[in-house]
Amino acid sequence: MARAVSNKTKTINTVIAGTLGVLMFFPILWIIILSFKTEEDAVRAPLEVLFQSGWTTDNFSTVQARSDYFRHFSNSVIISLGSTLLGLVVAIPAAWSMAFVPARRTKDVLMWMLSTKMMPPVGVLVPIYLIFRDTGLLDSRVGLTVVLMLINLPIIIWMLYTYFREIPGEILEAARMDGAGLKEEILYVLTPMAVPGIASTILLNIILAWNEAFWTLNLTAANAAPLTAFIASYSSPEGLFYAKLSAASIMAIAPILIMGWFSQKQLVRGLTFGAVK
Amino acid sequence: MATKASRAAARMMISPAVILLFAWMIVPLGMTLYFSVLRYNLLTPGANPFVGWENYYWFLTDPSFSAAMVNTLVLVGGVLLITVIGGILFALLLDRPMFGQGVIRIMVIAPFFVMPTVSALVWKNMFMNPVNGIFGRIATGLGFQPVDFFGQIPLASIIIIVAWQWLPFATLILLTALQSLDQEQLEAAEMDGANWTSRFWYIMLPHLARAITVVILIQTIFLLSVFAEILVTTNGGPGTASTTVTYLVYVSSLLQYDVGIGSAGGVVAVILANIVAIFLMRMIGKNLDA
Amino acid sequence: MKLKKLLLSAGTMAMMAVSGSAWAEEITIATVNNNDMIVMQELAPKWEEATGNKINWVVLEENVLRQRTTQDISTNGGSFDIMFIGAYETPIWGKNGWLASLDDFADDAAYDLNDIFQLVRNGLSAEGHLYAVPLYSETSFTYYRSDLFEKAGIAKPTEQITYDQFAEMVSKVHDPENGVYGTCQRGKAGWGENMAFVGTLANAFGARWFDEQWQPQLDSPEWNAAIHYYVDLMTKYGPPGATANGHNENRALFKDGKCATWVDATSAANDVKNPANSKVADVTDFFQAPKQATDKGTGWFWSWALAIPASSQKVDTAKDFLKWATSKEYFQMVGETKGWVAVPSGTRASIHEDPRLLEAAPFAETIKNAIFSVDPADPTRDPVPYTGVQFVAIPEFQGIGNFVGQQVAAALAGQMSVEDALSASQDFAVREMTKAGYIK
Repeated sequence: MARAVSNKTKTINTVIAGTLGVLMFFPILWIIILSFKTEEDAVRAPLEVLFQSGWTTDNFSTVQARSDYFRHFSNSVIISLGSTLLGLVVAIPAAWSMAFVPARRTKDVLMWMLSTKMMPPVGVLVPIYLIFRDTGLLDSRVGLTVVLMLINLPIIIWMLYTYFREIPGEILEAARMDGAGLKEEILYVLTPMAVPGIASTILLNIILAWNEAFWTLNLTAANAAPLTAFIASYSSPEGLFYAKLSAASIMAIAPILIMGWFSQKQLVRGLTFGAVK
Repeated sequence: MATKASRAAARMMISPAVILLFAWMIVPLGMTLYFSVLRYNLLTPGANPFVGWENYYWFLTDPSFSAAMVNTLVLVGGVLLITVIGGILFALLLDRPMFGQGVIRIMVIAPFFVMPTVSALVWKNMFMNPVNGIFGRIATGLGFQPVDFFGQIPLASIIIIVAWQWLPFATLILLTALQSLDQEQLEAAEMDGANWTSRFWYIMLPHLARAITVVILIQTIFLLSVFAEILVTTNGGPGTASTTVTYLVYVSSLLQYDVGIGSAGGVVAVILANIVAIFLMRMIGKNLDA
Repeated sequence: MKLKKLLLSAGTMAMMAVSGSAWAEEITIATVNNNDMIVMQELAPKWEEATGNKINWVVLEENVLRQRTTQDISTNGGSFDIMFIGAYETPIWGKNGWLASLDDFADDAAYDLNDIFQLVRNGLSAEGHLYAVPLYSETSFTYYRSDLFEKAGIAKPTEQITYDQFAEMVSKVHDPENGVYGTCQRGKAGWGENMAFVGTLANAFGARWFDEQWQPQLDSPEWNAAIHYYVDLMTKYGPPGATANGHNENRALFKDGKCATWVDATSAANDVKNPANSKVADVTDFFQAPKQATDKGTGWFWSWALAIPASSQKVDTAKDFLKWATSKEYFQMVGETKGWVAVPSGTRASIHEDPRLLEAAPFAETIKNAIFSVDPADPTRDPVPYTGVQFVAIPEFQGIGNFVGQQVAAALAGQMSVEDALSASQDFAVREMTKAGYIK
């Protein structure tokens, strides 16, 4: 970037990248637009939708009246935040020990952890359902939080591991020389240094947990149902339904989209998976 | 640096994660293995007699099974190809100086935040529907016959949807890797008369190798269990045109409620996934050590 | 865990003893997002106010609902106190002992169980016990656009026509240049989607799913003729992308004026004829679903009904809601608040005789007669060992129906020939029936 770049080059770059960006973003933009249209307008030709129809917020109130958005929303928040924090509690010590006290088998353990993610959920739903039934965890936020934590744990550990490895070991030794115990070492030396990495781990995990649509749908009924279940009641057409579906979709993805929007710098910086050296 | 004490501490700290994941793996897997040798259909309650390998026989001889294997490979391979190549191009582009880089980058990343169910619904109804979808409208407007996406090219349509969701992820990781590339090295090469192609081929691409393997690894894990997109759009059809192994297990265990055969299918899927995993680990292991 | 359950139930009993039967409870209802159910959800607060109980609604799309409820009830999960289920599940689940019997509804004079059509009650019973009460029931008949028929010079058929005659009519009203397709029929794969229509079509052509020994008959000449007819009709006169269209998609297309004919559920009539929801309310009329080699089984039978899982801890409250939601008063309330044209059809004799209904929805009489003409116990030309018109009332049917549905959809999409589709279907059905022990 040190080189001087002419404005002309910059403009050309902007035009090309901007076009591609708009294309990628277009489906989301389109449902935002449709969610403010009446059902009749939403199925008109694209140009008519854009230039020859009015705007309305009715869809959002219809959706809210039919399915309690805020209950689903708060479940989503609790479950995705809860599973992420719980995951961190388990993952930080594990990643620490793998990064700073590597054993001969560390890499194998890491790979084994990742491989637990390869089990197709559909194949083990019935066993898990039976376990949940017998432990009274069906339709509970606690049960769902634990499951999502377990699902994403391998990814959390791996991400943290790669960040921790980049922290020079000498700093830790210096801390130890100064009489820091293991707890202090992790809490006061390591964690602050790894904050950017931990932050992006948290972000990625919230996204993954928020969007998880298999377990959240199958292990809940009314009390613990998050936004993925909310969407399932709009997914088949009932007459004209594009506008309602758009409104429901926007309501389901907006929180995570906004979070991603504000934290994208962090996310970009953090999503390295040790890929950058 | 590791002392005996710190080794013990390390083992203690890693054990909760290992124990939890081991339990999460072994309990369902054990139950699945057990169910897979029983005749166990949820719809016909009563005794669940031991039937040995019978469920495996039925699953493996299922007429859809070979199609499902092929479809799974095509789906995973297709999405990987699009996202890796597309991701490199996007990353190269976004790495260049431009106005409003932040906004453009957000627009490119946004699809990654969308729930799979939502994106499948949106693509299916608002875009690929031949009557009311945008693509259909454009085709009709230009005087062409609209494409019946889920009837004529079901698997390709699903690949498009899934690739749209994962392209941002690949772009993000590759972009980060690219930004860490030593600019001086590039400039030196330029002065030596290397053109763009050879600079890309000999400097950038090797630098990106690790990032690419990471993209492939993470995405494969998620792509092998792609399911919502198929359920929402094609239900695995028409015929078996978009049935994957995961979807086939879903059909047996949750549409036919045959837990026995579904479990056998689950075990088969785990074995297949692990074969893929071993293959990947080899590749990754080599690249990550470097 | 046993201890916990014991303690829990002891606790509940103690509470009940203290407070008597007036204890306000919270019940969870699993329902599907069809129009009539959404109306019920809107009206339910009246029941909540009257009784002090509270309802948690779990609204899901039909396929998801079916999977979730089956999974929960078969594992005795107890997540739901009331479920919306259909005419296919009710007898099977009832026989399995999964549903609470509703026989005591007969003792409630105000509820007047006998007012519900006998045919429908039979369809929701197993081994002489009633297991569900209907919100609506339906058969299939032909929706057509009277304006387009008139323009093409076709008179409304007075007797049951054949599918050949039907195809000829369709060819005359097919006008894709003006955005009207000759016919919209279900193409989306699934036993409750394309196979519902295809099943009745096959019946009309004299086909059957199984012979008396449970030997699948899908490679018979009758099936072959029926599927050839279906693919041919849809390819020539259907809308593009028909393999993605199920009942709801076609309903939307028809209401939007894009279809000239549509053979589908009578229960959509109140929606299609409702000017608030439909562009073609004034120009839609109906006639019987066509026949061909036989007139048996040419219109299907289905019912959406409310049932209580045996695993529910709140059976009494649930029963109270069931009575409310299928009472005469409920249907009248729908008529008064949503308009009589919106009243669900095919359940109660007294509602079908109500002058307010007959005035607002004259077609209700046609629907009633159509439903009465169906006999699920005798659905085919040749004898069969099963009951059910467009389905076979055995647990294995879902799997077989879904698979055959996929093959038919593949044939419709032109991905395989009709012969290949049917021979694959036959092989699959033989496999499934062997697996399940019907074929030794």
